[in-house]
Amino acid sequence: MRSVIGLVSGLLFGAGLALSGMMDPARVRGFLDVAGNWDPTLAFVMGGAVMVMSIAWLIQRRMHSPAACEEFSLPGTRLIDARLIGGGALFGVGWGLGGLCPGPAIASVLFHPLAAGTFVLAMLAGMVAFRIFETMRS
Amino acid sequence: MFAWFNETFPHAQPLQGLIGGIMIGLAGSVMLLGAGRIAGISGMAARTLGLTKGAPWPLAALFIAGIPLGALIVAAVMGGIPARFPTSLTLLAVAGVITGVGTRLGSGCTSGHGVCGLSRLSPRSIVATLSFMGAGMITVAIVNAMGGGW
Repeated sequence: MRSVIGLVSGLLFGAGLALSGMMDPARVRGFLDVAGNWDPTLAFVMGGAVMVMSIAWLIQRRMHSPAACEEFSLPGTRLIDARLIGGGALFGVGWGLGGLCPGPAIASVLFHPLAAGTFVLAMLAGMVAFRIFETMRS
Repeated sequence: MFAWFNETFPHAQPLQGLIGGIMIGLAGSVMLLGAGRIAGISGMAARTLGLTKGAPWPLAALFIAGIPLGALIVAAVMGGIPARFPTSLTLLAVAGVITGVGTRLGSGCTSGHGVCGLSRLSPRSIVATLSFMGAGMITVAIVNAMGGGW
């Protein structure tokens, strides 16, 4: 049942990315191009998504447990540190360079295997490299 | 109002954006209310690779697999999805590595921090979102000033 939830959520997510125009890296880059020819579409995507998710959080507060498992597993940390800000900034640089964030990149692998595939493989390699670095440091 | 918007932002697709955004919000809601977790794509991708503990592996893997399939269904119905990619594979590879490291270091991306965190009013996610949006805007401004880059 839990696995079905994963699949349904992924399907909805991919469909939403495709419908919203966010699978076009040039459009995403247009949103980040505030000093140039700004394209506000991404703000509408975020607005729609945040609106629906806000209702979900209100429902979540009234639920004792999720529909398909025993308990909620949500991030509890409230720490705002250099790691969070630096990681965010680093991701922003990658996002601005390619016009791709992880979702649209993964959604595009069947359509643009070479371009999106290169980005996704590099992204996964970056994640593996970071994990290795962290393990070696601790 | 609408005429003004269309004249000012001739390339914007606010309605498609809003509808797609609502579907993304539904995706996050299904994950939250069904499996009790944040639908964060970078986190779920790392979990699928076995780099982190957390979500049950089938949940994470099927979530990630569902994303391109969902896009495929929309493409079949709409007759294709327009996309203008950068032509340089080197640029894509560099951007990919930076995105991979950044999202792990900062514990999330546009979905986890942006959609799920902002709607939860999480101070951490608000800071992370400001950080990656700001850095993204600065990066695009610098690349454009240097002559486009794409």
